[in-house]
Amino acid sequence: MSKTKLEMRAGESANLLLRGATVLDPAAGIDARHDVVVRDGKVAELAEPGSVDVAELEAIDAEGLHAFPAFFDPHVHLRTPGQEHKEDIETGARSAAAGGFCGILAMANTEPPVSEPADVEALLVDARAAAAVKVGFLATVTRAMQGEELTEMASLRQAGAAGFSDDGLPVRSANILRRALQYQRLCGGTIALHEEDPELSGSGVMHEGAVSAALGLDGVPSISESTMIARDAAIAGYEGGRIHVQHLSAAESVEAVRAAKAAGVQITCEASPHHLCLTDEEVRSLDPRRFKMNPPLRGEADRQALIEGLRDGTIDCIATDHAPHAPEEKEVPYEQAAMGVTGLETAFAALHTHLVLPGTIELRLLVDRLSVAAGFFEVERPSLAPGSEANIALCDLSAGWTVGEDGYESRSANSWCDGEELTGRVLMTLAGGQIAYRLRSFSMGVAA
Amino acid sequence: MKHLLSIEQLSKAEIEAILDRAESFAEVGRRDIKKVPTLRGRTVVTLFYEASTRTSSSFELAAKRLSADLVSVKAAGSSVDKGESLKDTVATLSAYDPAAIVLRHPYAGAAQMVAGWADASVINAGDGKHEHPSQALLDVYTLRRRLGSLEGKRIWIVGDVLHSRVARSNLIAFKAMGAELTVCGPPALIPRGLEQLGCAVTHSLDRMGEADVVYALRLQHERMRESFVPSLREYAAHFQIDSRRLGRKQLLMHPGPVNRGVELSGEVIDSPQSLIAEQVAAGLVVRMAILYELLAAGDEEPAPALDNGRATPIGQPA
Repeated sequence: MSKTKLEMRAGESANLLLRGATVLDPAAGIDARHDVVVRDGKVAELAEPGSVDVAELEAIDAEGLHAFPAFFDPHVHLRTPGQEHKEDIETGARSAAAGGFCGILAMANTEPPVSEPADVEALLVDARAAAAVKVGFLATVTRAMQGEELTEMASLRQAGAAGFSDDGLPVRSANILRRALQYQRLCGGTIALHEEDPELSGSGVMHEGAVSAALGLDGVPSISESTMIARDAAIAGYEGGRIHVQHLSAAESVEAVRAAKAAGVQITCEASPHHLCLTDEEVRSLDPRRFKMNPPLRGEADRQALIEGLRDGTIDCIATDHAPHAPEEKEVPYEQAAMGVTGLETAFAALHTHLVLPGTIELRLLVDRLSVAAGFFEVERPSLAPGSEANIALCDLSAGWTVGEDGYESRSANSWCDGEELTGRVLMTLAGGQIAYRLRSFSMGVAA
Repeated sequence: MKHLLSIEQLSKAEIEAILDRAESFAEVGRRDIKKVPTLRGRTVVTLFYEASTRTSSSFELAAKRLSADLVSVKAAGSSVDKGESLKDTVATLSAYDPAAIVLRHPYAGAAQMVAGWADASVINAGDGKHEHPSQALLDVYTLRRRLGSLEGKRIWIVGDVLHSRVARSNLIAFKAMGAELTVCGPPALIPRGLEQLGCAVTHSLDRMGEADVVYALRLQHERMRESFVPSLREYAAHFQIDSRRLGRKQLLMHPGPVNRGVELSGEVIDSPQSLIAEQVAAGLVVRMAILYELLAAGDEEPAPALDNGRATPIGQPA
């Protein structure tokens, strides 16, 4: 069976010493202070703090800093090909690196959508030329996302497609999804699903509830999402297929996934930082740049259900659904504005600020959920265990910063936490054994 | 107050100040010369992205009665037809240095956005299904004249609340003035969660007899095609306000334009209980009061000195 391919720009392998870092890798069972030795792009050694003194390594004083396995985001929009005015592979990958991510998977709802093996091959070539982190590409489930005919899934997998998704749209036809899951037995590749009943969503632009009633905005009911999850989980269960549910937003959806897991369906799912941190109350501002996305921000009970799902493992991972848009697509009244917010550069800091610092979730849970998704798409999980490829996010958990004050690495500025003060910042990212990012103000190589 | 973007932004005292001002303009309206110089030399732009008869004409006349220079832009036939964005259109019109921009737009929040871009005072003349604050003010004005006070009065709002910006603004305004609100209509036309705005929700006119005021909303024909209601006949059978359902002491209001024979029967429209014509008349003086409140109320009364050096008090003919 074919394999997921990720590509990044070839460069110099890192040789570094992170002196006295607090290393936390829940999956590898590491939680202690170490001198982290990175040699030739690999984690060579986790040594006693202060025990390593090697002249040929760049030494970084990581006293008081945390080293995590770098994050992996299974759901970003790089807008390439066709909408490079919003983002391209280079800017999107840079944005990922700035957020501590070592790998990302790009959605296929580009212009045109990624439906042909040659498209996947071309994008991987581009990533090899331009990406600071590892980038993989999903292909569409149906040709041109029309929902009518399957793509050549086996050939797409041979070309390196990381999986399949019509994200942006649901797979409307139950029968088409069934056929895709049957074909999956032949070619592998997780099918990632944007779950929404288009008729129930109708002209909705925000969560249906008291806030939409007050604002006179058409609502998207929670059942638009949860009924499709229930349907698709039943189909996956019947065919023995493997699905990944994207961007859960509603309490009913968490319940539907929980039930599917209990029934033994091969199902994983994700929640986004904005759904975990915000509710539809934000929409009262009528600011589409920060608060219009699909699925919409929902009520506080929904947010609490997502957090509970994250805690009990119903929600497997966090994905940003990084969705860049140009200013003119957002500087219009709410109903007319494009849907989506950026999230790569702020995912860790926002969740650390909103959920970890108040004690809602533990740091180790956040770190785990931010890197675990690699495995769902047959990518090796980032790890700090000695011998692993160096994929490291070096973070200062006490650093305060204002989002967007120095601009963005992304080409777009529609961050949901634009202007917000967050605590916790990524100082440096190692991806694929290379230094992918260093915060400008983080002076390097000064440790005595 | 710099802008009028929503009723939600206004306190009861602010609502009453505007209504009191409107009373004084009503007095001006009974004179032979109905014009006052308050806004002489200042420009009011009306920018309408949707069809409107009474709102646009009454804002335009209100501006003229206050001696403002008026620029009326309708989206149809303007550069909007050529694909100009709202932001660019506002930038263009701002070059005339208007004191106020009166905006009607099919989408919620448009007036608020314009307020962020323009130096002018922005008046929301209807934004999507969100708010229509000047309508709510003129409705409160009309009722206050008839009832003295809205305190403790029972008001029923009947019909298509889901698609109605008038319903939303009036719910907030009537409630702010102390009225008790009940909303009545077919379930699919009452937004989920509406009761959290502080009103009772019912789907039957059976208890409508308790109302002091019945406020009927327009039912648009296309709602049937979207299955909100099965047919106009079915709607009328259950929700039409007719002489059988409307008691003799109950007052009837409607924001217009009326679908005769759908939400209202012909005989109640023309009955003495109907305040529909009074609502239209109130539209002019209330909109004069809004313009005055936003553009001139900060000035010392009487109005600013004119070129003859003599101040002309508000209410004096120019």
